[in-house]
Amino acid sequence: MPQEISLRETYGKTLVELGKENPDIVVLDADLSRSTMTQFFASEFPHRFFDCGIAEQNMVGIAAGLAASGKIPFASTFAVFAPGRCFDQIRMSIAQPRLNVKLVSTHGGISVGEDGTSHQSVEDLALICSLPGFTVIVPADAIETVQALRVAAASYGPFYIRICRPKMPLVYSEDYRFNLGKAVAMRQGKDVTVIAIGIIVAAALEAAVNLEQKGIDCRVLNMPTLKPIDEAAIIKAAAETGAIVTAEEHLEHGGLGSVVARVLARHHPVPIEFIAIKDTYAKSGKPAELLQRYGLTAKDIEQAVQAVVKKKG
Amino acid sequence: MSLPELDPSSATLADNKKAEVFLSSAGAKSLSLKEMKTIAKRLRRHIITMTGKAGSGHPGGSLSAVEIITALYFKLLRHKPSDPQWAERDRFILSKGHAAPLLYAALAECGYFPVDELSTLRQLDSRLQGHTDRTLTPGVEMSAGALGQGLSFAIGIALAGRLNSQKYRVYVLMGDGECDEGQVWEGAMAAAHFKLDNLVAIVDNNGLQIDGWNRDVMNLDPFSEKWRAFGWRVIEVDGHDLSQLIDAFKQAKQVKGQPTVIIAHTIKGKGVSFMENKADFHGKAPNAAEVEIALKELE
Repeated sequence: MPQEISLRETYGKTLVELGKENPDIVVLDADLSRSTMTQFFASEFPHRFFDCGIAEQNMVGIAAGLAASGKIPFASTFAVFAPGRCFDQIRMSIAQPRLNVKLVSTHGGISVGEDGTSHQSVEDLALICSLPGFTVIVPADAIETVQALRVAAASYGPFYIRICRPKMPLVYSEDYRFNLGKAVAMRQGKDVTVIAIGIIVAAALEAAVNLEQKGIDCRVLNMPTLKPIDEAAIIKAAAETGAIVTAEEHLEHGGLGSVVARVLARHHPVPIEFIAIKDTYAKSGKPAELLQRYGLTAKDIEQAVQAVVKKKG
Repeated sequence: MSLPELDPSSATLADNKKAEVFLSSAGAKSLSLKEMKTIAKRLRRHIITMTGKAGSGHPGGSLSAVEIITALYFKLLRHKPSDPQWAERDRFILSKGHAAPLLYAALAECGYFPVDELSTLRQLDSRLQGHTDRTLTPGVEMSAGALGQGLSFAIGIALAGRLNSQKYRVYVLMGDGECDEGQVWEGAMAAAHFKLDNLVAIVDNNGLQIDGWNRDVMNLDPFSEKWRAFGWRVIEVDGHDLSQLIDAFKQAKQVKGQPTVIIAHTIKGKGVSFMENKADFHGKAPNAAEVEIALKELE
């Protein structure tokens, strides 16, 4: 088994490093610092940490005001609450004026587990991608999380970074270098391409290995930057492999699948299948049970790949 | 990938000469009350002319806050119209973004941009949007119009000022109807919690919101008690009395360890007889005949 590391803990520790390097970095939270792990920064830099209480709308506005004054605020809560609870505040206080706020939301997707529907963010990517000017990143493991955070800190403009609750296996080695806006070829293949984000990247890689035994040569692309999307990589994958499966821990509507389908429809239509949560809310359960119930496992990806390959002309 | 870095200060200033007259501590304080009243009347005339020409806009809540803005921009604020991004400037946040015509009129009279430009309000490609846009208009600190967001934004600026040991003060103008928004009270709690004595909120308490009187639509009373209970120093004034307003702002500077709210009792549509206390003129522009009558009243 590859090593499993918490993305949240990685986030918390990286914030401390960034805070040491740049005194303008400040951190906000909405009474979840022990879960988002911003507590590490709070202990190290108490005067640069603002707990806003259970008031996400206010937190977003304060972050915008800090950014308008030259600070680089990282604001964190659960993905279900930002963007969900404070969408208009993100829209008018951050996105429209393109302020330099970094929203880092944890507990994305249904792998939140037992807390159930109210805490499972399945719409956040659709919401945040709809906002002009936002850069949206969904890291696949701890190594990518560190680098995405560093790029966000160093790049001007509003960022949304979605990380998950459970520990995740590493899919990268230490020498990986994250390039903003670029897809990453995780595995070569000529019959079909799985484009995945977040925790589903590991499942996609597992599926590709299994498919090899069934005679299907499956390419795997990780798409850590959901917006702006790497159109060239999608078009290239479609042209070279002739079929696409998208895989994400999000509703089918408005997430990675929608974005990829739009690119393909415009530039290079090929058969496509979607691994995503269908038009429903999930329930309480263990993360693995939920991923299975809602069709987000390696096995589901394998079936989708087999189905899409059959549709190739 | 390169993301655009916005710099509102790159806007050109056509009227720098006028700008320096009102520069912060020096020139501004020499203005007499009589001169300030003249400016207030001029701002009212701009509001009528601008919204009349645009054929839409929000004259009622602009007219009610004229003295508040006059006291700030022509007496109290330390600002440099020739350098809208001056780091030490006092910040003014218009949270009730629909009063944009008033803010634009004041900014133009200060010299942030030419007075002639006021006639472009709400037109395609104008820098003067229907509600304020900080990316377009020199001197505008916040993109507002979605009510309830200005106080939180102001708190962020006040916290940054404290972190940087900067002396600037932060002023945020809200409507009373705007205080229906829950976010205002989230902000009220936070500003007191963070002991932001460099922050002053002003409530343009004209008693009216779009659907009618506050007390009928959504009762805010007891209003000053609410702010006090949230940990604020409360000062109540006649919001059309420049001396009272100036005194209140000076008092607020002496307050330590807590934020101050100035509840300014005002009349919606103030200065134009047929607009006063009329909810109708919240978001309706005067027609040509009404513009003529209003301007006559404001001579």
